[in-house]
Amino acid sequence: MASKAVKKIVNEKDKNIRKELYNKYVKEITPKHNWLLNLLKAFLIGGLISLLGQIFINIYLALGADMELAATYNSLSLILLSVVLTGLGIYPKLAKFGGAGCVVPITGFANSVAAPAIEYKKEGQIFGIGCKIFTISGPVILYGIFSSWLLGLIYYIYEFMIKK
Amino acid sequence: MNDDKSKMIGLQSIEFIKPPYIIAEGSIVGKKEGEGPLGLYFDKIEEDSFLGKGTWEEAESELMRQAVKIVMEKSGLKKEDVRYLIGGDLLSQLIATSFGIEEFDIPLFGIYGACSTMGEAISIGAILVEGGFADKVLAITSSHYASAEKQFRFPLNYANQRPSCASWTVTGSGAVIISKDKPESNEEVKIIIRGITTGKVVDYGIKDAMNMGAAMAPAAYETIYQNFKDFAIEPDYYDKIITGDLGAVGKDILNDLLKEKGYDASEQLMDCGVEIYNAEQQDTHAGGSGCGCSAATFSSYIIKQLKDQSWKRVLFVPTGALLSPVSFNIGNAVPGIAHAVMVESVE
Repeated sequence: MASKAVKKIVNEKDKNIRKELYNKYVKEITPKHNWLLNLLKAFLIGGLISLLGQIFINIYLALGADMELAATYNSLSLILLSVVLTGLGIYPKLAKFGGAGCVVPITGFANSVAAPAIEYKKEGQIFGIGCKIFTISGPVILYGIFSSWLLGLIYYIYEFMIKK
Repeated sequence: MNDDKSKMIGLQSIEFIKPPYIIAEGSIVGKKEGEGPLGLYFDKIEEDSFLGKGTWEEAESELMRQAVKIVMEKSGLKKEDVRYLIGGDLLSQLIATSFGIEEFDIPLFGIYGACSTMGEAISIGAILVEGGFADKVLAITSSHYASAEKQFRFPLNYANQRPSCASWTVTGSGAVIISKDKPESNEEVKIIIRGITTGKVVDYGIKDAMNMGAAMAPAAYETIYQNFKDFAIEPDYYDKIITGDLGAVGKDILNDLLKEKGYDASEQLMDCGVEIYNAEQQDTHAGGSGCGCSAATFSSYIIKQLKDQSWKRVLFVPTGALLSPVSFNIGNAVPGIAHAVMVESVE
């Protein structure tokens, strides 16, 4: 199977067809991740982070906060924890195992801000941290804000123009 | 007399009439490389990944500085004895090289060939020496895991997963001194550079910057194939054909491609990236990469095997992936390049 593909590649004169053939062959022979296993790991780690969040909320509720305040404190606690674990180099290890389970929760966002801040600190407060802190999270912030604006607009049109 | 013309052989190669000698070699690596299978062969293993410096870039420069010191000390040469220094690294504008070698006051040719730089440096060095333009040239390259990650991928502590075909940038530097004259020591075995085959930029259209082995394998294949053709030899002319950092995936592809052209080199093929780590235990996925991978392996393990005459003829083929974060973002594929150096041990 592989040798047939290779034969075509080495004898192909048209460079574009060769590129296509080679990419196909490489895709076949490159080892792949186990999708199901990765999914389960992500589910486990993501779930544990969410469980931790619930524990935080319950603690703050027990301390007398209302639901909204407890949720805010929970976010802050998770962010703090993630930043500390990022600084200690533990969060990337967790992500190596948990993948998207570590990236999707708010802890992943915090990591994506803290990691460049640490790395670029040595290039100065302005050009280092200032310019580079959002290199990874920048797109999330930009398109996050943009999509909330867009949804707000749609809501406004529906609420005040169509519903009336 | 027309020596110049007769040195060119085939399409892309040079066969030296008075082969230059490699009279000294020096290597320094990081902790992880020191713990790998080749750990015993390196001159120095540095435990501190910052090498006592404040930044990754300066740490990489320090690797180079120390590699120069080691190779100078081993050769017994003074810095005035070295006519040129030819070096390069992976960082933008070659800052690891320029800041690393500044204090030695040796004229510098800074070169870039991505991870193939050591092959390029030795090639140019050998040409200068054999052509009579220099009597001693120092060839050196380096790479550092953290500075490469920062430049090409993500900050070190960013949480992401590496695919199984990804490679691990070697923290290390390797240097050799190429000389017109034999080494002064009484060692019977001498290492010579018989010839070179210079690679072209080869693009087979791989766009996945994480699968660099697959991107570079066609370049290695074309250079090695051309070397066989130009010198009219078969793979068994060599004891080993050693690529730089194709890794496990790229090495298999190279073997397949050569076989299809009628050259079965499966006995000879070896890859520095595969040898330098224990992929399973050290979790390095496809293997080591970076300028330092081939340079440090060459200036330690490979030269040692040649000196012991376990191998007599080696084709050393460092491989480079010619990408930058910009070329990747604007949608370019990842072309490769490979430079072959024929290294032999003679009595």
